Amino acid sequence: MAELTYRDAVARAIAQEMERDPDVVLLGEDVAKAGGVFKATVGLYEKFGPKRVRDTPISEQAFMGAAMGAAMTGLKPVVDLMFADFAAVCWDFFANEFPKSRYMTNGQVKVPLVIRLANGSARFGAQHCQSVENWCMMIPGLKVVVPSSPVDVVGLLAASIRDPDPVIFLEHKSLYAVKGEVPDGEIVDTLGTAKILRPGKDATILALALMVPRALAAAERLKAESGIDCEVIDVRSLLPLDTRTILESLSRTGHLFTVEENPRLCGWGAEVVSIVADEAFYDLDGPPVRITTPHIPLPPAELEDLLIPSVDRIVETVRRTLTA
Amino acid sequence: MSKKTAAIDIAEATRLEMYRSQYRLREAEQRAFDLFLQNLVKGTSHLSLGQEAIAAGFATAMQPGDLTFCTYRGHAHTLARGVSVEKVLGELMSRDNGLMRGKGGSMHLTSVEHGVMGSYAIIGAHLCIACGAAWRAQYQGKSDVTTCFFGDGTTNIGAFHEALNFAVIWKLPVVFVCENNLYMEYTPIKDVTAVAQPAADRASAYGLERILIDGNDADVVYQTAQKAYARARAGEGPSLIECLTYRHSGHSRADPAKYRPKGELEKWKESDPVKTYRARLLAQGIKASVLDEIERVVKAEVDAAEVACKASPLPPDEIMFTDVYADGGCAWRN
Ligand SMILES: Cc1ncc(C[n+]2csc(CCOP(=O)(O)OP(=O)(O)O)c2C)c(N)n1
Ligand SMILES: [Mg+2]
Repeated sequence: MAELTYRDAVARAIAQEMERDPDVVLLGEDVAKAGGVFKATVGLYEKFGPKRVRDTPISEQAFMGAAMGAAMTGLKPVVDLMFADFAAVCWDFFANEFPKSRYMTNGQVKVPLVIRLANGSARFGAQHCQSVENWCMMIPGLKVVVPSSPVDVVGLLAASIRDPDPVIFLEHKSLYAVKGEVPDGEIVDTLGTAKILRPGKDATILALALMVPRALAAAERLKAESGIDCEVIDVRSLLPLDTRTILESLSRTGHLFTVEENPRLCGWGAEVVSIVADEAFYDLDGPPVRITTPHIPLPPAELEDLLIPSVDRIVETVRRTLTA
Repeated sequence: MSKKTAAIDIAEATRLEMYRSQYRLREAEQRAFDLFLQNLVKGTSHLSLGQEAIAAGFATAMQPGDLTFCTYRGHAHTLARGVSVEKVLGELMSRDNGLMRGKGGSMHLTSVEHGVMGSYAIIGAHLCIACGAAWRAQYQGKSDVTTCFFGDGTTNIGAFHEALNFAVIWKLPVVFVCENNLYMEYTPIKDVTAVAQPAADRASAYGLERILIDGNDADVVYQTAQKAYARARAGEGPSLIECLTYRHSGHSRADPAKYRPKGELEKWKESDPVKTYRARLLAQGIKASVLDEIERVVKAEVDAAEVACKASPLPPDEIMFTDVYADGGCAWRN
């Protein structure tokens, strides 16, 4: 067992998979000698050399395409896109190319790759801090994975690299420095599985990435201050979505809250609430409530702090709803 | 522009193969158009009638295992790698015997077993994807070469420039082939491009040789392809080749091509690649009966393909829900 940061967990997972499979390669801007803009790939260039760990020019379309062409023909590329917002300059690959090839070719073409994005709030403002998980979730053919802890980064990134489908792997910028216990030896998790992090009987709180530690902190305060016992689920994967774990939890608690960093419209929580309305309406003892960032561009620095769902906001929203 | 004529240094069997290939592309696409007129091709389609020498010349110069990436105007490139006319027409007609059982359609013809790695309909993307296939060859120490075909209009999208720079700095075994048919959709390419030759005049920006050839002459195309392939296989990196040509039909099946100046089509038809190549072979002493026999066999393949496609049913409904994910299905939740 070792204590690892979330950023070191990224490098650990990639190293684990590169050691196992010579077809795994890493590419992106500044990933090699510089070790990545977020220092999440430090040491990989030294360990695996310039053939497998390659710096690219500022050509997001070229290296997304190159990763796809390599994946189609036998390699297993891991791509570092840096800020998640940059997906917009190569969105063709996310929306039209990676996810459609297998289908359009009736299964002839496979695109086993992982695109790593540094997602979410970190006080850089409207073009460097968006939460783009909802952009990705709406595209059939993609898998979308969003880890919240170092151990999940290792296991889910390893599973994503082994997965035969294109995986969008959303790392949270504000979690890179967070530490956690990670067991020694090979770790491979299972995509499409949510995790109950805190059992509870009064309400189900769903969260992703940076919202997970906030939901957990809120649950502790709700218990201590108001005796409200919340179950906290780390959703971990939006595609595939582990609806079974979510619906099972709701059947016990009767109350549902989603904590979403994305701007409000079409957030993943809206899809979950719609599924609940269809399939678990009679399990509900009150309205499902979405706690989200407002539907505005995100301002930088301290203003950002006022808009992203906070522990206070989660506590107040849950308490108000359950005591109404 | 290199104005080479009759390239007798090409083996007779190769020249006959290039004639067969060009004639076959012509017949197959003309049949596709007939089927469209019979209302049997319901989706869109983009013909490359008039551009056959490029597909035939490059495909003939390729080796088994070499990879082709092309655009939505990809019937010819797909057929030229040896995919059957039946599978191509079946795909256009959404039949169960189609190349992808109707799930891709005319714009996405793909046959991995023939090295046809896809037909791409978003301008520019496949130049980048072709770089990746070539990178894999380099990474694995394999000798296959990737060819990427695209139009003149494609030279004005960012992905073209990104891909060229990328291929050069990584020294990739990829050959970029611009089929300059003078139009991007309905707009003359010269009206929207900073240089006269949209691909060739950009080569120097990437440290590449300026290569501009007669794309209606299969011999010239073949010999240019051979040089580029030898360079790629020797590890010397990519090439960019601009082929001058002209499409005889509209941009897509819906386009009557009224924007063309009077007489332009007629002028280009004088250098119709299929007709001029036949005349050249005859002038070189090949017997008409040999060419007639090639044509008879091709026509028989196309006729049989039409019959088979008309007899084939639509694919079963289930097929629309397969192969979204690697498990074979489309499940996004448990
Ligand atoms: C990114 C993008 N923009 C626009 C289009 C619409 N479009 C389809 S074909 C075409 C013209 C392309 O011209 P060219 O590259 O010369 O190829 P050609 O059709 O002549 O073979 C356009 C604009 C597209 N498919 N993708
Ligand atoms: Mg054109």
